[in-house]
Amino acid sequence: MAAPYDLNDDSVVVIIGSGAGGGTLGSELAQKGIDTVILEAGPRVEYDAFVNDEWDSFGQLAWKDMRTTGGTWRVAKDFPNLPAWIVKAVGGSTTHWAGASLRFQEHEFKTLTHYGKIEGASLLDWPISLADLEPYYAKAEDRMGVTRTNGIEGLPGNNNFKIMKAGADKLGYKDCHTGNMAINSAERDGRNFCQQTGFCFQGCKWGAKWSTLYSEIPKGEATGKLEVRPNAQAVKIEHDASGKVTGVTYADKDGKLSTQKARIVAVAGNSIESPRLLLNSASSMFPNGLANSSGQVGKNYMRHTTGSVYAIFDKPVHFYRGTTMAGIIRDEAKHDTSRGFAGGYELETLALGVPFMAAFLDPGAWGRSFTTALDHYDHMAGMWIVGEDMPRDVNAVTLDPAAKDAFGMPVAHVSFTDHANDEAMRNHAYRQGAALYDAVGATRTFPTPPYPSTHNLGTNRMSDKPSEGVVNKFGQAHDIKNLFVSDGSQFTTGGAENPTLTIVSLAIRQADYIAQEMSAKNI
Amino acid sequence: MVTIYDRRPGISRRDLLKRGGAAGVGALLVISGTAVISQQDAWGLETTALKPETMATLIQMARDVYPHDQVPDKYYAIAVKSHDEAAAKDAAHKDLIEKGVADLDQRSGAGGYRGLGWEEERVKVLRQIEETPFFQAIRGGLVVGLYNQKEVWPIFGYEGESYSKGGYIARGFDDIEWL
Repeated sequence: MAAPYDLNDDSVVVIIGSGAGGGTLGSELAQKGIDTVILEAGPRVEYDAFVNDEWDSFGQLAWKDMRTTGGTWRVAKDFPNLPAWIVKAVGGSTTHWAGASLRFQEHEFKTLTHYGKIEGASLLDWPISLADLEPYYAKAEDRMGVTRTNGIEGLPGNNNFKIMKAGADKLGYKDCHTGNMAINSAERDGRNFCQQTGFCFQGCKWGAKWSTLYSEIPKGEATGKLEVRPNAQAVKIEHDASGKVTGVTYADKDGKLSTQKARIVAVAGNSIESPRLLLNSASSMFPNGLANSSGQVGKNYMRHTTGSVYAIFDKPVHFYRGTTMAGIIRDEAKHDTSRGFAGGYELETLALGVPFMAAFLDPGAWGRSFTTALDHYDHMAGMWIVGEDMPRDVNAVTLDPAAKDAFGMPVAHVSFTDHANDEAMRNHAYRQGAALYDAVGATRTFPTPPYPSTHNLGTNRMSDKPSEGVVNKFGQAHDIKNLFVSDGSQFTTGGAENPTLTIVSLAIRQADYIAQEMSAKNI
Repeated sequence: MVTIYDRRPGISRRDLLKRGGAAGVGALLVISGTAVISQQDAWGLETTALKPETMATLIQMARDVYPHDQVPDKYYAIAVKSHDEAAAKDAAHKDLIEKGVADLDQRSGAGGYRGLGWEEERVKVLRQIEETPFFQAIRGGLVVGLYNQKEVWPIFGYEGESYSKGGYIARGFDDIEWL
């Protein structure tokens, strides 16, 4: 049973956010016998309530609170108040994620070493290596039921994948398969297997895809040591005169403010809200915000170098049927500067329904060039590009000087401008994607611009030196030892891989560290 | 209150033309009183705040912005009717739409926007105003207003909700045969 904790209970670990990082950490701690409260800004929507409808689901799950944007990225023009498409509900963005679960490559933990200094980028080596994370990757893959690990079979390929695979073969790509997906190909861990419904991005109504909502959190709650408090939006982290954090002030669904006392606070609100909360928690002792003596909170906002390539064929495809991210090509994920850029990218199948295709294929476009693409919707195939982008201190989450939320707190301002390396990589990927589809007989291809960000990373980065980042190699704030960051904002650099598996692995590792430090009475 | 009628029995083309002010909208739409009527497909859209001529122009404009020859006018009418509802509640919105349409007509010459026979000619006029708040309000509203109508999805070959049918595991998720 879920354990309700008293607001004045200062022995609990309070986690802000219930997604890949927060949901995993909370469940891990509870299973170690540690009293834990997760504050989740959104409601609890169980998986049978998800809807197979893109806009209705967006209304049900998405984080729609106002944000502002800056920089030259096209999202700032097309979606000025929607820089990111992430979730505000129990389970966070693990409710709507695609399920791709890839390990970082060894060199991606040491980009400064391998890529060298790149002008206009703030590359830094992670304070951990692949070897440090490997045991946790293995645990996470088992926990999440990742296909092609632990003897779990791959998912069957849908029509969209079959086109990708045929094109990959023609181009000579070797590493193309139906992915390492946290989607059951057979019943496992009490969860159903994939029914090829589509609508992965709207929440899996079968529970076949791993999500903290129904995979991790119930296991934590079953211990009696975890309380998940929905509709509890953190507005400020409190601290005492010694500089230790003491609790979290949050607003409930009626806007009433309460403060949950805490022994330890872990921030896992995704890479936009996490730095915003630290900055909004400024005090006379910490005038620049919590954990921000380095000035790095909010800096180095990364969002992966993305884009899509869609193609039209003279025969039907029905690419919306089945697993949304149904296949991957990994050949371009390597670091090979002969292509004209540092780092690499993955190509992964993607499909959108008619409503989202209309909104995202070429935002703002109109006329026959645009509409004839949609006329052949059922003859379309599509893929998404996900590659490593350069961290830059000019790309940042800051507090908007004017706009405030319902509780009077400044909203996040998200500024992003592509680095030349990002543009070179995207253009290379556009060419490869188009060539792949042309090789299978596409009559028309579309290099589609990036959507509002789904992979938000890096705004509270991990560093060896306190002057270069916000947290240490365990996600513990350099400045405040009982304050942790547990989401993708601790990424030092982004890698080419979808980030969830790494976030979950870091959370499992962090739980071990927190438990150890608590029993040693260090925190 | 805007009403979409599926059928208007009793109004023949002759009846409509006999009423004062009735005018042809392209080949298909007819203005009658406060309504835009499609003879051919037997539907009508009644306006409350906007002039029916304005609504007829919006319907034509909607088709010119997002032309799908296989999508009937009815769905374009449904997609723009929210502007009549908004105009009824908000004088500024009414002003934006009426002035925007008047400007469109003025730029289109003696016969007005709907008097231009070729889509290409109308698009030329739309290109002149595509940065205006009026155009952006109409275009922006259409992205959801037109493409989120479940009734138009089958026209594009999109099957929509699939959970209740057991997904596609036994319904063709991998049925491609031409590769």
